Amino acid sequence: MTTDTAPHTTIESVDPTAAPQPPTSGASFATTTLGTARRTILQFFRTPQLLVMGTVQGALFLFMFRYVFGGAISTGGAISYVDFLVPGFLVTTVLWTGMSAASGVAEDSSTGVYDRLRSLPIPRSAVMFGRAIADTALVAWGLLITGGLGFALGFRTHASFGSVLLGVLLTVLAGFACTWIFVFLGLVAGNAQAAQGMSMLVIPFSFVSSANVPIRSMPGWMQPFAANQPITVIINAVRSLMQGGTQAVGIDHSTGYWVGLSLVWCAAITLVFGALCVSRFARTR
Amino acid sequence: MSAIIEAENLTKTFGDVRALDGLSLVAESGRVTALLGPNGAGKTTFVSAVATLLAPSSGELRVAGIDARRDPKRVRQVIGLAGQYASVEPAMTGRENLELVARLFGLDRRSAKQAASAVLERLTLTDAGDRLVRTYSGGMRRRLDLGASLVGQPRLLLLDEPTTGLDPRGRQELWDAIRALVADGTDVLMTTQYLEEADQLARDVVIIDHGHVIAAGTPEDLKSQAGRDVVEVRPHSSHDLTEIAELLERVAGSHARIDVDTQRVSVSVDRGAADLASAVRELDERNLRVDDIGLRRPTLDEVFLTLTGQPIDGTPEPAHSA
Repeated sequence: MTTDTAPHTTIESVDPTAAPQPPTSGASFATTTLGTARRTILQFFRTPQLLVMGTVQGALFLFMFRYVFGGAISTGGAISYVDFLVPGFLVTTVLWTGMSAASGVAEDSSTGVYDRLRSLPIPRSAVMFGRAIADTALVAWGLLITGGLGFALGFRTHASFGSVLLGVLLTVLAGFACTWIFVFLGLVAGNAQAAQGMSMLVIPFSFVSSANVPIRSMPGWMQPFAANQPITVIINAVRSLMQGGTQAVGIDHSTGYWVGLSLVWCAAITLVFGALCVSRFARTR
Repeated sequence: MSAIIEAENLTKTFGDVRALDGLSLVAESGRVTALLGPNGAGKTTFVSAVATLLAPSSGELRVAGIDARRDPKRVRQVIGLAGQYASVEPAMTGRENLELVARLFGLDRRSAKQAASAVLERLTLTDAGDRLVRTYSGGMRRRLDLGASLVGQPRLLLLDEPTTGLDPRGRQELWDAIRALVADGTDVLMTTQYLEEADQLARDVVIIDHGHVIAAGTPEDLKSQAGRDVVEVRPHSSHDLTEIAELLERVAGSHARIDVDTQRVSVSVDRGAADLASAVRELDERNLRVDDIGLRRPTLDEVFLTLTGQPIDGTPEPAHSA
């Protein structure tokens, strides 16, 4: 980042065409990943609209659920609604944050950024990997903000520090896995608007889940999907880790069961969508 | 003189569309080659094939002697691409953008910094180098994008419609930048819809339409090949446009074109100065006042019209007065 601290070089010492150098073999996987990831992260932190809007949106949703709907919702477990809500809210933050990955990728596809990257002597898969790493970092940032807001609104954990930390790490891992879905949507969408539209599929996964209400309060026909879809599985794991076990949060099985199942889901999503992204980006039409 | 690009009977189909239809061309090293043609002629498809963004359906393509279909990775080590959009990152400074591309090209951190500084200098962007690109004008973005394509010191620059959307000043600045590069010995393949641009920058012009080459040569070659000289008249009064057009058609025996925007009438002639002299005589006899009359070489626009029967912007020839 300290690019301007380099002494100002004179043109004769650095003229790129002065002595034709042997052709380089291009950047390594790590250099490409870090370089492209840094670009995505700078793009986020230097675009105030993105930075502010994401935070405001998260705060508003959290506030509404906590105070508007919260009073009417019974958690069915031993914990208060705010303690029930925030872990679920953290996991769905992963989805809402990920949406911007889809439109960012679509934008890069349609404005020639990816054409330039494809014309460079770099491993093409590293561009996708860099995108996923950067978006995972942005998810972590979103979790930090949302978690902070949650604490301000009265959220408290009821488990050991290690267990809570495990919950946070699992959420970040879920963010990494889901990012691949959004990157893929961005690659196939063609333009940012279409990508935004496609990422609306976030809504059923976010709301038809155990994030905001207990599954058993939903109608019977909805429960099989709601109880078994991956976001619910991950929420159950994170909630149990943060609030002292499955019994405290009013669900069956053990915490280990939900954590294990979450890891399986994350691995499956990463493998399938990671492979789709890489092959889609690397293919030459 | 060696060839930087050799294309032999190249085809590319997208479904039913034949974007390239037996395109063959040779671009010599050490000069600018311009691909000229209307929208949809296959210019961008060809550049994308050279840039290894897409694989030709059939035919041969060699870039700097490397088989682009068999060994695209090695082609990427010798090319720099600037596409139709300025694809630099608005939220990074000009310097950061250049350093990123230089690093991806394989330069180490120190060389990347030096190359970025040198490129900023030669594109006269040094003062703006540490500002975010989102504060740049359109022309500055395009120049930076050009810089990004050359910061890796490629042998061949691919510029796809580099000045589309720029105002005249931005265009002039970009032209100057491209000229300076060529003077330093970088090979350039560019596409353009602007005849003036090809005329200004390119040593060789390749006119393509419907995915294949229609004509190739220096701008002068093309003009003498396809174009007869043109008598052009600017009447004193716009009321006389039609009458003068009819008069010129009688003199030249070919149809005259009226350009209402510039208030000019032009006609292709076979006998150059002799036809000009008769036109002047006839105008004088009829007391038609003109502000300007002259004999000139045809523009590439007129050459394109002669070769393809269509003006270069793809719109049908407006009905003329005769």
